[in-house]
Amino acid sequence: MGEKTSIVLTGVGGQGVITAANILGKATINAKKHVYVSEIHGMAQRGGSVSCTVRIGNVFGSLVANGSADAILSTEPIEALRYIKYANKKTKIITDINLMIPFTVSVGMETYPDVEKVFNELKSHAELYKIDALEIAKNAGAIITKNIVLLGALAASDVLPFKSEVLLQTILDNVPPKFKEINKKAFDGGVKAIMKH
Amino acid sequence: MEIIESRPEKTILLLGNEAITRGALEAGVDVATTYPGTPSSEIADTFSIIAKYLKKKGDKPSFYFEYSTNEKVALEFAAAASFAGLRSLTCMKHVGLNVASDVFMTYLYVGCKGGHVIISADDPSCHSSQNEQDNRYFGLFGNAPTLEPTTPQEAKEMTRISFEISEELKLPILLRTTTRLNHARGPVKLLNPRKPKGKGYFEKDPMLVPVPSVARAKHPVLLKAIKQAEKISDESPFNEIIDSNKPTTTGIVTSGVSFNYVREAIDDLNINVKILKIGMTHPLPRKLCEKLIKSCKKIIIVEELEPILENQFKAIAYDNRSDVEIYGKSTGHFSRLYEYTPDIVTGVLSKIFDVKNPFSKHIEPKLKLPSRPPALCPGCPHRATYFAAKKASPKGTVYPTDIGCYTLGKAPPLEMADLLLCMGSNAGMACGLAVATDQKIISFMGDSTFFHSGIPPIIDAVHHNHDVVITVLDNRTTAMTGHQPHPGTEYDGMGRPAKSIKVEDVVKGLGVEDVKVTDPNNIKKTTEIFKQALDFKGPSVVVSKSPCILLENRAKRKAGSTIPVYVIDQEKCKQCKLCISGFGCPAFYFADDDSIHIDEQQCNGCGNCVQICAFEAISVKKGGE
Ligand SMILES: Cc1ncc(C[n+]2csc(CCOP(=O)(O)OP(=O)(O)O)c2C)c(N)n1
Ligand code: SF4
Ligand code: SF4
Repeated sequence: MGEKTSIVLTGVGGQGVITAANILGKATINAKKHVYVSEIHGMAQRGGSVSCTVRIGNVFGSLVANGSADAILSTEPIEALRYIKYANKKTKIITDINLMIPFTVSVGMETYPDVEKVFNELKSHAELYKIDALEIAKNAGAIITKNIVLLGALAASDVLPFKSEVLLQTILDNVPPKFKEINKKAFDGGVKAIMKH
Repeated sequence: MEIIESRPEKTILLLGNEAITRGALEAGVDVATTYPGTPSSEIADTFSIIAKYLKKKGDKPSFYFEYSTNEKVALEFAAAASFAGLRSLTCMKHVGLNVASDVFMTYLYVGCKGGHVIISADDPSCHSSQNEQDNRYFGLFGNAPTLEPTTPQEAKEMTRISFEISEELKLPILLRTTTRLNHARGPVKLLNPRKPKGKGYFEKDPMLVPVPSVARAKHPVLLKAIKQAEKISDESPFNEIIDSNKPTTTGIVTSGVSFNYVREAIDDLNINVKILKIGMTHPLPRKLCEKLIKSCKKIIIVEELEPILENQFKAIAYDNRSDVEIYGKSTGHFSRLYEYTPDIVTGVLSKIFDVKNPFSKHIEPKLKLPSRPPALCPGCPHRATYFAAKKASPKGTVYPTDIGCYTLGKAPPLEMADLLLCMGSNAGMACGLAVATDQKIISFMGDSTFFHSGIPPIIDAVHHNHDVVITVLDNRTTAMTGHQPHPGTEYDGMGRPAKSIKVEDVVKGLGVEDVKVTDPNNIKKTTEIFKQALDFKGPSVVVSKSPCILLENRAKRKAGSTIPVYVIDQEKCKQCKLCISGFGCPAFYFADDDSIHIDEQQCNGCGNCVQICAFEAISVKKGGE
């Protein structure tokens, strides 16, 4: 059967989830491994919930079966919980702790649950890593690098079947020269955040 | 640019849609046309990006590409190029083929000359569509040879080879994809592109005019070509029986992305079956199908949506006097609804084979999570138009709508979308409602939709003097599908200057007497204009013109100007909540103490909320962005 690695990336449209999945796919090719990436957008662009999957190794399709994700990477806490069906006890859930309030909540139609309860539920199902990706991205120099912080965290969490240098190099190869330093800081910030855990 | 500048033989990661574009380039495509639509858009957008990139470098692209006015025009255009001997491609979303179907059905009778590949991107589960129709029926309906790729690599190869099959059969080919292929990325090995022809020559031939006598002569030619296609299908590398390493009398027949789920399920369930993987699904590889039927006691058909392979397999089994058991949709094992997933396929196969499903249990969130549907962006001009129209309308006013970003105005608090069928349907339905009821009617369509199919119903309104208000939301782009140009924009898909056609000029030319152009960002004036239009007896057209704020802000950033951010003065705010419960800009939120704030990260600086607030509590933040 051979080795398979399945990663789910989730978040809100506009937070760089699709870009992160694409970079992860490119890095896997650079590491000379087989990969499929799936993305769902279209209407999801307009601030809706977004999910991507990346599958590496002996895989045929891009979709992840329930309970079989090795990692769930989320730019927003409830979006990690929304896709909990992909998790099992060993799944590493890496999520940013900063909330994005959906408009259904801001207009008062629905409520956002107590975020501590969200974290507790995530913890009850899988291995949880909470990181302040927004803060790390700000310190790196640009909040749009939040997705890169999360990729750094993923690289440090022993899920990927290739060296984290390949991922970092792929990121740097895909950004304009003047943003290289910021992206490197963001990535390293994500790595450190997991090391501290 | 990796997709055109990587050396042949290199493997790069491509989106299924990009792989199709690459396949066409490798086949030396001359002409590519489209009308955008998810999940097909990136096929055409990739042609557009390449053309603009080459133009910037001072090079000439090897192909002609255009975003046509609608799918019908796109198909007619490319068919003409094929008649002149050029290789052409036309891509669209599944419902686009409904629009182009009049061309499609007779085109197959007439037949093509230069290879022509028509791509239909279907959308099982309606991720971004109004239905989940299965366009493989169009392959059967029109008798178009049909291919269905499984992976981006196969999508590229199928596209490339489809041009050859098309030229051999003199028939356009239907390449039918689904969202999971269009929007999946995978490794693709590149080949050397063939040099396009550049210019063709149209040879006159009376058989190209299907008057009844010609059509009668052409129909048997089509049936003969399809018989010939069956041979191609039987010999196609895209159709194959993948044997198990142990003998077995159970087979699975599958096509498209379902193959991927079947392939993994066999590993995960450790079951012994052979697979007939069908890449060319019309006409079926009859000999291969018969070979499978004869060697099996049980056959399971795994295909998304309609039982198209299943019904044909039953017919072939009947013709062969076979009593093979066929499992699929008719036996209740598989659904005709929605896209399949690894869980669905593994689950059904585990039942049929009576083995344990490793994915049977999964966790559901216990906490109730708020939904996060897409919404009109903060600062979207459509929101301002809707707010004004609603304010101007008497109770009971009906709002027929159309397809675009503005359909999102269906959501609370605006709730400005009551009825929708397909692109262009708003104005036709407005006319019908005006006759069928005494209610006031204001319909809405976008500018791209106006050019696509919104004009004929306006003619109807004028000719019969229907008492309707038809609104064109002129945001200067085709926003929903990725900001493509359209006949109203100043540039085309190859980045060249283009004649911009003004909506108001067209509408006046159609004979509409009451035409009003308004800037929706002036909410008071726009409300007044809607009131006047409602009072006018007969058809009125309101052109609400303001660019999509995302485009406008992109241009501002490029020009180096800052985008303002707005704030609420908590001293002045009286908590009337109109900004949230009436206007609904998603940048607004309630803090824990119920005070109302604007999220600076989300505010796009349109300033419209300033006009909404009766207490002058909202103002631009000093210091800008
Ligand atoms: C027949 C058909 N073709 C294409 C589409 C895909 N599609 C959805 S919305 C849209 C156009 C949106 O443009 P516009 O009317 O200008 O509205 P905007 O999104 O800019 O507000 C298109 C092409 C479709 N739904 N149906
Ligand atoms: S993309 Fe443009 S038109 Fe579409 S919702 Fe956003 S602002 Fe409005
Ligand atoms: S200015 Fe007001 S209405 Fe416009 S985007 Fe900002 S918060 Fe929303």
